[in-house]
Amino acid sequence: MAIKDKLSGNEAIAVAMRQIDPDVVAAFPITPSTEVPQYFSQFVANGQVHTEFVAVESEHSAMSACIGAEAAGARTMTATSSQGLALMWEMLYIAASLRLPIVMSVINRALSGPINIHNDHSDSMGARDSGWIQLYCENNQEAYDNLIQAIRIAEHKDVQLPVMVCYDGFITSHAVENIELLEDEKVKAFIGEYKPEHYLLDKDNPISMGPLDMPAYYFEHKRAQAEAMKNAKRVILEVAQEFEKLTGRKYGYFEEYKMEDAEVAIVIMNSTAGTAKFVVNELRKQGVKAGLIKMRVFRPFPFEELGKALSHLKAVAIMDKADSFSTAGGPLFTEVRSAMFDYARDTKAVSYIYGLGGRDVRTDEIMTVYQDLLEIVRTGEVKSTFNYLGVRE
Amino acid sequence: MGRMIEIRWHGRGGQGAKTASLLLAEAAFDTGKYVQGFPEYGPERMGAPITAYNRISDEPITIHSNIYEPDYVIVVDETLVLAVDVTAGLKKDGAIVINSAKDPEEFRPLLRGFEGKIYTIDARKISVEELGRYFPNVPMLGAIAKITKLMDEDAFIKAMEKSFHHKFATKPHVIDGNMRALKRAMQEVKGL
Repeated sequence: MAIKDKLSGNEAIAVAMRQIDPDVVAAFPITPSTEVPQYFSQFVANGQVHTEFVAVESEHSAMSACIGAEAAGARTMTATSSQGLALMWEMLYIAASLRLPIVMSVINRALSGPINIHNDHSDSMGARDSGWIQLYCENNQEAYDNLIQAIRIAEHKDVQLPVMVCYDGFITSHAVENIELLEDEKVKAFIGEYKPEHYLLDKDNPISMGPLDMPAYYFEHKRAQAEAMKNAKRVILEVAQEFEKLTGRKYGYFEEYKMEDAEVAIVIMNSTAGTAKFVVNELRKQGVKAGLIKMRVFRPFPFEELGKALSHLKAVAIMDKADSFSTAGGPLFTEVRSAMFDYARDTKAVSYIYGLGGRDVRTDEIMTVYQDLLEIVRTGEVKSTFNYLGVRE
Repeated sequence: MGRMIEIRWHGRGGQGAKTASLLLAEAAFDTGKYVQGFPEYGPERMGAPITAYNRISDEPITIHSNIYEPDYVIVVDETLVLAVDVTAGLKKDGAIVINSAKDPEEFRPLLRGFEGKIYTIDARKISVEELGRYFPNVPMLGAIAKITKLMDEDAFIKAMEKSFHHKFATKPHVIDGNMRALKRAMQEVKGL
């Protein structure tokens, strides 16, 4: 029987971490992720977990400590946001290339400057090429579910890569909503014991980690890293199937909402997907064939699956809560459209950058995006490919 | 589909409007509803105007934007009526609840043409008399439960009692006072 509760996103993540009971958590506080290590350190103080909690002096040190612990053979977790993630930057690449299955919650917040504590996706989008698997979450339930699945994905012997579980700062992290939790023993049984194949404290099989890798082998190691990411595509679905058996909640690379007969749709991530679902329902009442795709897995990128899922549409808007300053759309747009070149070339695609620095996204604004798409369908013409939503021009 | 109720709270930093919105979400959850309780974070300073929100529904809630056309507005500090456009977007058939010793109609001229219902509750008097200190949250919650009829009154009182036992586990002596404040507020709302 699932446990019905009401929790904020950060509370849900802290509860999941208590149930996972990792060997090591190393973290440094930064708004809006601070509550995660704060709540978790209470569990440590109360003796509810056996975790070694390492209070460090910066996020660079937090990730370094996570790398050291995970390399030693410990199941390791952390959480951060924004500038904290930015300060981890060089260590993110080390974690991924050393194939260390660290699991980190990224509570999405805008990057400075100008200084801002509110939500957008510029922090985790900037880390998209660091070699970490990235899962995105619409609400507290998905944050909780994804964090538990992340352990299994990261530690799978064919993957062995770190995972970021990303959810919206304040909007999800600080909002209390209904949630269904699993019993502690079910979570423990689902994730199992961590038995790394190679680790530094294995005295019978001494190894070295992180040595100099010259041109003779570096490329092969990066190629193997890419192969692990490819394997992750399979493992993510396998873990999701098992999780569905346990909870009844279904996960894939992305969620297709009313897409079957849709003619227009938007592709979007995290909490605004929920707001947009409300708009889709309103449009459906008016007889408009509107749909929505919510990305869950951005790394690895579901190139073929997503491309095909968009092929029957007449027009699609891809919405980014981060700008890449390419003047040619945000990061999600660029990759989705690249997939569409192979699989959905007849579908017209437009880019919208929205909600930067916590600018609230209203249902009537999402409605204007669908109206723009319907206009494209009606005229057969794209007047403007690269757009901004909800900004004063 | 069940109706979704949207509530906006206006308070000042440190008065507990955010906590009140979370307590309301908790009580509504305990009576079987789908809930959201969330603050709008700004520069966090004691005394600065703050806003918090609730959505309460019989169906799952997916919207994650702020609330622009609330059914109810709750003003925890009556000086905000002059400082903030508290009735902005408030539905015509909606209502505003103000923490004040005044009569509801005294606020009508200050509410920028708002035509809907106005209620007042003297949360300070109730709190000081029942708890010996000024904590406006519990009386405000009692008033809003009474006015919105969102939850069955007895179920609401039971849910709050349960929540107090949890919240005040280390200081059980304050539970009775809070329960008295809650019940009194439900009787003493003006404008019903």
